[in-house]
Amino acid sequence: MADGQMMKRAKYKSSVKDPGVPGVLKMTRERFVFMPNDPNSSRKLNVEFRTIKGHKFTKEGSSKQALLNLTQEQGGNYILEFDNFADRDICREFVAAAIAFHGETGKATSEKPAAPFQGDQLSTAEMEHRIKLLQEDNELQMLHKQFVIGGILTEAEFWATRKKLLDQNDRRRPKQRVALKNEMWSVKPLSDGQSNRVTFNLTPEIIHQIFAEKPAVRQAYLKFVPIKMSEKEFWTKYSRAEYLHSTKNVVAAAAEAAEDEELAVFLKQDDMLANEARRKIRRVDPTLDMEADVGDDYLHLPDHGLLREESKDVLESQYEPYRRHFSQDLNQHAAVVLQGRVVDVELGDTRSVAEALSQTKQAELANEASEGNSKKDLSYRISRIAEMDDLQGPRDPAVAPLCIKDPRDYFDSQQANALGDTGSGAKTLKCNVNPLEAYGSLKELVSEIRVTGLSEPITNPEVPFTVLSSLTQNISSTKYHLGKNPHESVLDSLPKVTREDLLHHWTSIQELLKHFWSSYPITTKYLYTKVTRLKDAMSQVYPKLQEIKESVQSDFRHQVSLLVHPMLQALDAAFAHYDADVQKRSAKNGERPNGFV
Amino acid sequence: MTPAASKLYTDDVSLLMVLIETNPFFWNSINSTLSFSKFISNVLAFLNSILLLNRLNQVVVIATGYNSCDYIFDSSALHNHNQKAESLLQKLEEFVDKDESLCRDDSVDGPGFSLLSGSLSMALCYIQKVFRSGPLHPRPRILCLHGSPDGPGQYVSIMNAIFSAQRSMVPIDSCIMGAQHSAFLQQASYITGGVYLKPQLLDGLFQYLTTVFTTDLHSRSFLQLPKPVGVDFRASCFCHKNTIDMGFICSVCLSIFCKHHKKCSTCGSIFGQAQTQDSSTPDRKRKTSVDK
Repeated sequence: MADGQMMKRAKYKSSVKDPGVPGVLKMTRERFVFMPNDPNSSRKLNVEFRTIKGHKFTKEGSSKQALLNLTQEQGGNYILEFDNFADRDICREFVAAAIAFHGETGKATSEKPAAPFQGDQLSTAEMEHRIKLLQEDNELQMLHKQFVIGGILTEAEFWATRKKLLDQNDRRRPKQRVALKNEMWSVKPLSDGQSNRVTFNLTPEIIHQIFAEKPAVRQAYLKFVPIKMSEKEFWTKYSRAEYLHSTKNVVAAAAEAAEDEELAVFLKQDDMLANEARRKIRRVDPTLDMEADVGDDYLHLPDHGLLREESKDVLESQYEPYRRHFSQDLNQHAAVVLQGRVVDVELGDTRSVAEALSQTKQAELANEASEGNSKKDLSYRISRIAEMDDLQGPRDPAVAPLCIKDPRDYFDSQQANALGDTGSGAKTLKCNVNPLEAYGSLKELVSEIRVTGLSEPITNPEVPFTVLSSLTQNISSTKYHLGKNPHESVLDSLPKVTREDLLHHWTSIQELLKHFWSSYPITTKYLYTKVTRLKDAMSQVYPKLQEIKESVQSDFRHQVSLLVHPMLQALDAAFAHYDADVQKRSAKNGERPNGFV
Repeated sequence: MTPAASKLYTDDVSLLMVLIETNPFFWNSINSTLSFSKFISNVLAFLNSILLLNRLNQVVVIATGYNSCDYIFDSSALHNHNQKAESLLQKLEEFVDKDESLCRDDSVDGPGFSLLSGSLSMALCYIQKVFRSGPLHPRPRILCLHGSPDGPGQYVSIMNAIFSAQRSMVPIDSCIMGAQHSAFLQQASYITGGVYLKPQLLDGLFQYLTTVFTTDLHSRSFLQLPKPVGVDFRASCFCHKNTIDMGFICSVCLSIFCKHHKKCSTCGSIFGQAQTQDSSTPDRKRKTSVDK
């Protein structure tokens, strides 16, 4: 796709219901051409991508057609049907890139903002993530529009500082998979009350589950079908065995097993399962976890706390193999559920499912056999567990959570620095004092009070009155200007448009400065061009801020200029650094003859 | 506590820790209508009025000196209620003597720095003791009557004291009598939710104290007290104790430095190398030589 040309078989339709004219679709960056197979047909297409404004497509699904709809600005559209969804997706990406390439000055449409053309390949999923992020966050979209589409920052640079956002989205929404059902017990045959017929319903899901949980059945299937019996017969026999088990009539089961060999396989206990269980037991970690066992005092209860079935009748030994144990079934089912879906084969073909499952089981066996150092592992684990709890050091104390404040809190409280001291009650003398003198005078004053006592009245009556009135005025005026809540900001009292503008400028300046400062020290030409681009963008901010200041009413003008002041300071600092850097560079290159870089 | 006593514990019972500035160099260099004796008499009247507001109110006075700090007055430890002022003044005189004896400087330029961090810590320790005294206790707050400029060397300890006050929910009020604003106390009041005030007329200090700083914590929810216009959040660097606007910060422990260091002095983490700009020029030189 990178070389800019594509050819695929497609059908051109005038509407969705139209069967379509089969032909060949050839796409380049500039245009796409459709030539029908039938040379006599008049349905040829030769359309430039410049005129195509958008594209729509049908979702994937087995019953739907793979359609791609290219829409034009004036309302015309071209519907193309592909043979399969893979083809359609490839064409769709190509079309998207072509449209974006032509519509680069574009405006963000409400459906899909135009993704700028990139030299490096981005997967569709990533592109869609970014588009979704932009759609969800207005601020981000505005910044993206301003910088990336305005040509100040490239797409890669913009997203480089937001890797966290991109990663987060990927990890959200893991696909939920359908779990295994507990239908072993509830496959109740539909028994018709009147006749003696019993009907079992076996769906591919259930068959998959049966193969997963009962390896003997799976093995029997692979062995018998289609050599000895057809699939239908196999499942009939299996159902008969299930039915016999559900009646819990062990003697009858034994009797039938004696007659029918294949049935016997289903009725007997599963040897393969027994082997598997033995293997698992051998692998169990013998280290004892005292904490986990403390609550499980089942040694002193009869039967180790398990509920037994009431039928305590001792069967004859010949019937023993035909008995099924509920606990074993339950354990096996649990083991299979925990293992999850081992096989991802489509469930239609029973044979392939059976084969796939047995292959995985064999692979597991092979893996285990090859693990020679499992014993070493085990002994290492044992030695670790034997550590004493008492001898371990104290854990780290719990930490208090980190509280990161919104920088806007500090932003509008910095105006105090700009204000400076508004008159003060006292002035200090600069003098060099001998400590003896200083302490002496202090002690003198203290003894003076002790002698004279408190003066009455404490102060001249006019003074407190002045103080009180000035305090009251101060409090009421700050309330008028700043509001009741000490944490309420000046920003809220400004008109909405100005506030939005100021905040937008603040975020965009932060973004610019972030990229500006991260490019220093300049080591490559790329960084140098980037810095120049950023500098030009920053110099354009000054007149905009001036404009805001002038557009506000006179009461707020002072406050707005106070708010704007730190922004200007930050920009000034950046420019100063830039100028100093340029000077340094030119000083270094000073000895060159003029003109050479 | 008897049940009767518990009924007396109304919402507005407060424990007020007053930290008064007794730095002689500051009082010597101040040139205004407020002398130390006037200051003390204003403060004494203020303390009396606090104790009058509620029978169960408690007041503790700590003196912030040049070389040391000490408790001067504790209203709950007093046996003779008629001689509060006398005992305070007596103790104050003893404290000034002790402070003088500890003084090792030959001469001090200007107002010097007083030990605000020490007295803040002492106040917080007393408050902790009160917290552990039982289920019923007055609500504590701290009032700093401060005048000397901020000592950048005390930045770290003052910030630690402020954060522990914040955690114990003890507001720190500040009344500045000096010529300049105090960044540390501005931050203290902002972070702990206290009141910061720099009076315009120091003559009427008593009026300021009774109007603004007498309010107990319960009443502050419906009274309006003066708010500062803004807070100076500048920090001091940890290496030279200068006040700085821009500096280097250790990403592990957030210590602030004014110059590039190889290693963080607080947590010991090693910083990476900063890239130098000299690397760009050799490339250029090489390029032109190839061209020729």
